[in-house]
Amino acid sequence: MTVLDSKIPEGPIADKWENHKFSMKLVNPNNKRRFEIIVVGTGLAGASAAASLSELGYRVKVFTFHDSPRRAHSIAAQGGINGAKNYTNDGDSVHRLFYDTVKGGDYRSREANVHRLAEVSVNIIDQAAAQGVPFAREYGGLLDNRSFGGAQVSRTFYARGQTGQQLLLGAYQALAKQVATGAVELHTRTELLDVVLKDGRACGIVTRDLVSGEISSHSGHAVVLATGGYGNVYYLSTNAMACNVTAAWRAHRKGAFFANPCYTQIHPTCIPASDEFQSKLTLMSESLRNDGRIWVPDAFDDGRTPDQIPEAERDYYLERKYPAFGNLVPRDVASRNAKTVVDQGKGVGTLKNGVYLDFAAAIERDGEDVVRAKYGNLFDMYANITGENPYQVPMRIYPAIHYTMGGVWVDYNLMTTIPGCYSIGEANFSDHGANRLGASALMQGLADGYFVLPYTIGDDLAGRLGETVVPTDDPVFVEAEAAVQGQVDQFMSIGGTRSVDWFHRELGKIVWDYIGMERTKEGLEKALSEIPALEEEFWKDLRLPGSTATLNSSLEKAGRVADFFELAKLMARDALDREESCGGHFRAEHQTEEGEAQRDDDNFAHVAAWEWNGADSVQTRHEEELVFENVALTQRSYK
Amino acid sequence: MSKELNLTLQVWRQDGPEDSGHFETYQAESISEDMSFLELLDIINEDLVENGQVPIEFDHDCREGICGSCSLMINGQAHGHAKATTTCQLHMRKFDDGDTIVVEPFRARAFPVVRDLVVDRSSFDRIIEAGGYISVNTGAASDANLTPVPKEAADTSFDAAACIGCGACVAACPNSAAQLFTSAKLAHLNLIPQGQAQRFQRTENMVETMESFFGSCTNHGECHEACPKEISLDFIAFMNRDYVKAKVKNRKLAGQK
Repeated sequence: MTVLDSKIPEGPIADKWENHKFSMKLVNPNNKRRFEIIVVGTGLAGASAAASLSELGYRVKVFTFHDSPRRAHSIAAQGGINGAKNYTNDGDSVHRLFYDTVKGGDYRSREANVHRLAEVSVNIIDQAAAQGVPFAREYGGLLDNRSFGGAQVSRTFYARGQTGQQLLLGAYQALAKQVATGAVELHTRTELLDVVLKDGRACGIVTRDLVSGEISSHSGHAVVLATGGYGNVYYLSTNAMACNVTAAWRAHRKGAFFANPCYTQIHPTCIPASDEFQSKLTLMSESLRNDGRIWVPDAFDDGRTPDQIPEAERDYYLERKYPAFGNLVPRDVASRNAKTVVDQGKGVGTLKNGVYLDFAAAIERDGEDVVRAKYGNLFDMYANITGENPYQVPMRIYPAIHYTMGGVWVDYNLMTTIPGCYSIGEANFSDHGANRLGASALMQGLADGYFVLPYTIGDDLAGRLGETVVPTDDPVFVEAEAAVQGQVDQFMSIGGTRSVDWFHRELGKIVWDYIGMERTKEGLEKALSEIPALEEEFWKDLRLPGSTATLNSSLEKAGRVADFFELAKLMARDALDREESCGGHFRAEHQTEEGEAQRDDDNFAHVAAWEWNGADSVQTRHEEELVFENVALTQRSYK
Repeated sequence: MSKELNLTLQVWRQDGPEDSGHFETYQAESISEDMSFLELLDIINEDLVENGQVPIEFDHDCREGICGSCSLMINGQAHGHAKATTTCQLHMRKFDDGDTIVVEPFRARAFPVVRDLVVDRSSFDRIIEAGGYISVNTGAASDANLTPVPKEAADTSFDAAACIGCGACVAACPNSAAQLFTSAKLAHLNLIPQGQAQRFQRTENMVETMESFFGSCTNHGECHEACPKEISLDFIAFMNRDYVKAKVKNRKLAGQK
């Protein structure tokens, strides 16, 4: 018996969202201004939600720890955004995007959520184009599309290699329009440090002003967490430096179940690390796999430069093993295959830690100008970082952690297990199952923010007309502020010898080694003994210079790393309990004879959602069964 | 084995907006040429923490040259001397062993120092709020392909939209003018069909909000030289033309002859 109610509407899959929209209660336009909504985070999901809710008439307070709402890491997404427009006449449809996403997620996502995502994908393209997002165009002035990993149709809309930037600017500008009218109250350089509940319902948040250090409370009728993913638990990732789990984790500690933390995505096309001082890994858009061919030398420890290796002595291993999809297999398949060949000793580059991504054939076929027009900025970026010219020498790539499919558990309405608290975008777990397809993150963030939450939030608020917000001098806020202040003081008083970055780096190594691309029972158990030991050290030996009353980025990081420690333990537990391989979660014990992920649908076709039981106890694992009525569960095959 | 550098850094330290600030000198030894400039600062900060001193505050986030968070005047140049590069993408192979490097915050009255190398660039957000958007509420859009956008217009609009809002243009300008930023934001929307309805209102409001924070443009062109995205000076000319038109048209639209 599960305590989780996913609230999936009845009826045929294609009618669920339409029917739900009609059956939900509405808030009269004139009454919307009587509700205050707190939105935390200003990436694609947060900015689009804040703008849309405010346009509807709700009073919105929006919070970001950045100096401007335009900086969130959504901005770095390069490749594109899927939309089931079928402008290319190649057989795409809402149902096909739905099908591809469920299959791509390795049958671990909710059918109803994914179908809704596919339905609203077309509206997102319309909305973004109307906002002036400069999508790529054909000569006739109409929108251009390209294909992307995990799909056999061209449904990806793109803006050179800066699609995330342009979509975020669109959402940011929509938000700026609302800020200008006074309808949205904008708080920059302000970090959420706690979610506050009264009588079991979310009533507000506690924040710290990162410049003055002031801790304060903000109340609202609903709290929306749009605070992104937790990839930085690995320390080295493609995430921005400030990305963290803190908002989601503090909500988890207050009662929001945390779902599928072991579902993390390794992106196959990143620039390999060059030394151990590296602070982050840089991603090259997966769209490069459209025209680049991936290969390694046939020979082990081949010392030759790529131009000296003749065609016959190269192994285009993806094209060889997966003839139908070739270099466009989904991310997890591409990543694991890269690991396999590198582990075999066929890696390239000085540290032997990469595989080639070669554009020679595309340049010969289409000309350098065409390749430059498609990928120019990515090639420039690569050249700048590595000092090599990818028009002449093949790129070297290797997988890196990129996205986290797990996150705060939400029902069909995007509400967490804390009533009145919602989670949208990468912060929630909802739509990608065990693996996210390329060009789907931007789609989900904007779907949640523009077209889902603005409908579903009203259903809950409609019944609360006349309820006033909890005043910020209520004991629940006073206690929460004291707890936050207590943690800040505790960090400052440890007086140890190691920097917060040192602890983060060490934690990252454990998580990457044991909860990375390939997991084993033995490794996960090791992680569960090593992480608590390092965590104990953290609380004894952390050194935080500076003051609490000024900008102090070490202090900010300390809180985030403390939460990463707790999350890492849960990731290991979740990965240990999930005795199967699926999508980004690959347990070495569970693979087919060909080395592919082996799911166990009889025992694990469910969401694992963890309930916090206090800092001294292990979380309780709850299951939400996944029912597949429209997509037959098959062994995923891209051959 | 990659080259290693020994460097002397003179870094601006300032406790807060009210503090007068001063330079501190730091030595950095055995720095790998593959490191980025911000990774160099990370290492200096690790050393400072190890010695119980307060680390240097600087803005940074994506470290991929797209978020626009990082800044810094490096030897007097915004984002350093490398062309079309943000500080996070400036690699140490661009420096020589034994160099002395002077590191300061972006300097402009409209960008007050928050602490050390961190400045407040929220005046840019005020310019966007003044009109840097197309007013289309969520749900009000028609099918995207109902509005063809000539490829040339789309491409030029994109060239402007590539601006990352870092503020290097302002920091590089002897007048601390924000013409390059504002014109890029304006041209992005004014060049495409979707942006026409609000074109002249947008122009007047954004330009005049800009002028309330920033200095005047006297055509030095330093902004373009410093711009990590190489935004063209042509957009400033475009903005000036649109501003003149706006002053006339907005009055006509308002019924004034």
